[in-house]
Amino acid sequence: MDKKEKIKIEDLYKIYGNKPKQALSMLKSGKSKEEVLEKTRMSVGVNNASFTIYEGEIFVIMGLSGSGKSTLVRLLNRLIEPTAGSVWLDGEDVAKMSTERLTEIRRRKMCMVFQSFALMPHMTVLENAAFGLEISGAKKEERRERAVTALAQVGLEAWADSYPDDLSGGMKQRVGLARALAVNPEVLLMDEAFSALDPLIRCEMQDELLKIQKKNKRTIVFISHDLDEAMRIGDRIAIMEGGRVVQVGTPEDILLNPADDYVRAFFRGVDPTIILTAKDISQKNDVTIKMRPGNGPRTAVQRLIKYEKDQIYVLDEDEVYLGILTRDVLDEMIDRGERELDAGRLNVIEPSRETDSMQDILPKLISGTAPVPVVDSEGVYAGTISRKQFLKTLHRNGESE
Amino acid sequence: MSFFDFDERIIPLDTWIQSGVDKLVENYRDVFQIMKMPVEVSLNGVVWVLTYLHPLIIIAALCAAAYRYSGRKLAVFTALTLMLTGMLGLWEETMITLAMVFCSVLFCAVAGIPLGILAGRSDRFEGFIRPFLDAMQTTPAFVYLVPVVMLFSIGTVSGILATIVFAMPPIIRLTSLGIRHVHPELVEAAESFGATPFQVLRRVQIPLAMPSIMAGLNQTIMMSLSMVVIAALIGAGGLGMPVFLGLNTLDIGLATIGGLCIVLLAMVLDRITQGMGTVKRK
Repeated sequence: MDKKEKIKIEDLYKIYGNKPKQALSMLKSGKSKEEVLEKTRMSVGVNNASFTIYEGEIFVIMGLSGSGKSTLVRLLNRLIEPTAGSVWLDGEDVAKMSTERLTEIRRRKMCMVFQSFALMPHMTVLENAAFGLEISGAKKEERRERAVTALAQVGLEAWADSYPDDLSGGMKQRVGLARALAVNPEVLLMDEAFSALDPLIRCEMQDELLKIQKKNKRTIVFISHDLDEAMRIGDRIAIMEGGRVVQVGTPEDILLNPADDYVRAFFRGVDPTIILTAKDISQKNDVTIKMRPGNGPRTAVQRLIKYEKDQIYVLDEDEVYLGILTRDVLDEMIDRGERELDAGRLNVIEPSRETDSMQDILPKLISGTAPVPVVDSEGVYAGTISRKQFLKTLHRNGESE
Repeated sequence: MSFFDFDERIIPLDTWIQSGVDKLVENYRDVFQIMKMPVEVSLNGVVWVLTYLHPLIIIAALCAAAYRYSGRKLAVFTALTLMLTGMLGLWEETMITLAMVFCSVLFCAVAGIPLGILAGRSDRFEGFIRPFLDAMQTTPAFVYLVPVVMLFSIGTVSGILATIVFAMPPIIRLTSLGIRHVHPELVEAAESFGATPFQVLRRVQIPLAMPSIMAGLNQTIMMSLSMVVIAALIGAGGLGMPVFLGLNTLDIGLATIGGLCIVLLAMVLDRITQGMGTVKRK
């Protein structure tokens, strides 16, 4: 990976109870969370979590309630003290640093957005947005200026003098977001930040977040129990169950190769046609030929016979997709004694883009007989999608039902 | 003698206490006399100001406070109440009572609010302080009036000390309650932005506990007013005096006007401080 490591957590544990050492050694010797609870009456919040978050990515930690995801995010800024393990932030171990340094990091580097918004009811929207700056002792004018800028970023500058109680849920969370943005942190921790909002507003906030992220790349750790949300905004996803991190990967990775039944169950009911793109399901199983002197109809037919196919995908010298020649057309050309491939005879089936979703591809698959060609943003051939492949993807996803 | 023969006093606690207090009085009376100095000084100051100023100024000031924290109705009521006390010939007693209430509430707040904050932040301290608060509120005042007089001698200052003991618990309890009722996620949010414990207290917990603290202050004021008559028993002046004298001489009229003034003054102070607790934001 050429990406820079921003946060790296290693063998992180959190055990709630009065004698965590005992529970820790039980866990390390392979005992389960349930056994520990039964034997020692101590509950395990996070059990041996390790993963890396890269700079500038949106990393979603997903799990059902009680899976330890909210505990995990609080271990990152040590709102909860870890029992064992390390949290490396730019090479510094948050778990072991002094209180002074931790305070400094919370004030400048790592800010948090809360599910319950956690706005101060006795402060105006502007004062709330400036809260982090006030805590870190910024001058009054600077505070005001940066808070106003942050509020403008979330479209709430007109509400600066209102109180949180006057705002709707979505607006409150915008203030929560502005409060974190005003500090201009490198890392944004978002604990179920949009979960309390109704679905329409949630979508709007996700777009807002992506927009802000596009302008100014931050490392965002996003906690969610909502798979659609994770798929929509996450560059990578970690799935947690019972305090353990079960799988880490891109949304496509996890959807296509779920690590276990728990992960698979998560995806039950998810419509793969929305998430998977042409790139994910295309394959290079079909035969191609480059349009250049020396490659005639006979060469093409020989290849088709060898691979038992009925059509060949014609590319130019730079592998840019041009069109399709079927076996019938090629045979006709041979009968007429043509020695070169003729661009005029190509059947130009419109290709799909790599970024098209399965839903976009479906109409093309239905209207044509041949597998749909897929090209990248430059028009370069990237493979094809056959009906069979399409159905197989749908089936594999539904098999756990 | 059987152990369960409860007619006998097996534990002579009463004599122990008697001799203990006697020893205290014998050896440390001077110390206690010095201890009452701050109360004495502030009381004398307040009494001097209240009796030196022209009644009209005091009426105007209280009316202004009533208007500021409540409204025109209470301002009118305050004016009428104070005029009445004056016309009943109890103006000076009313001022002394006001000064006593002010002083005892001042000391209750100065000691009680920090103690309440401590109790709100620490379960252990809360557990430690609770039995004391219970004792302070439920011990009949007559029980500790005698030792107070023995140690501090009679007079208005002793009356205030007895009042402080009785009136302090509500402000401690309600301050603690207010701190405890601040939503934990607000405290967590403040901490997540790097707030120190003191910053959390100053910017989040105390402002949000303010209504509860003001309710505590209000209760403390009401309870110190209710001690006025009892304090009069040990020579404290003020509106308790006419009531006490009236009782002793079977002068029902005198006792009633004293009582009436206490009640009206209580209503005025209660409404003003209640208004303070719910100050409207701009």
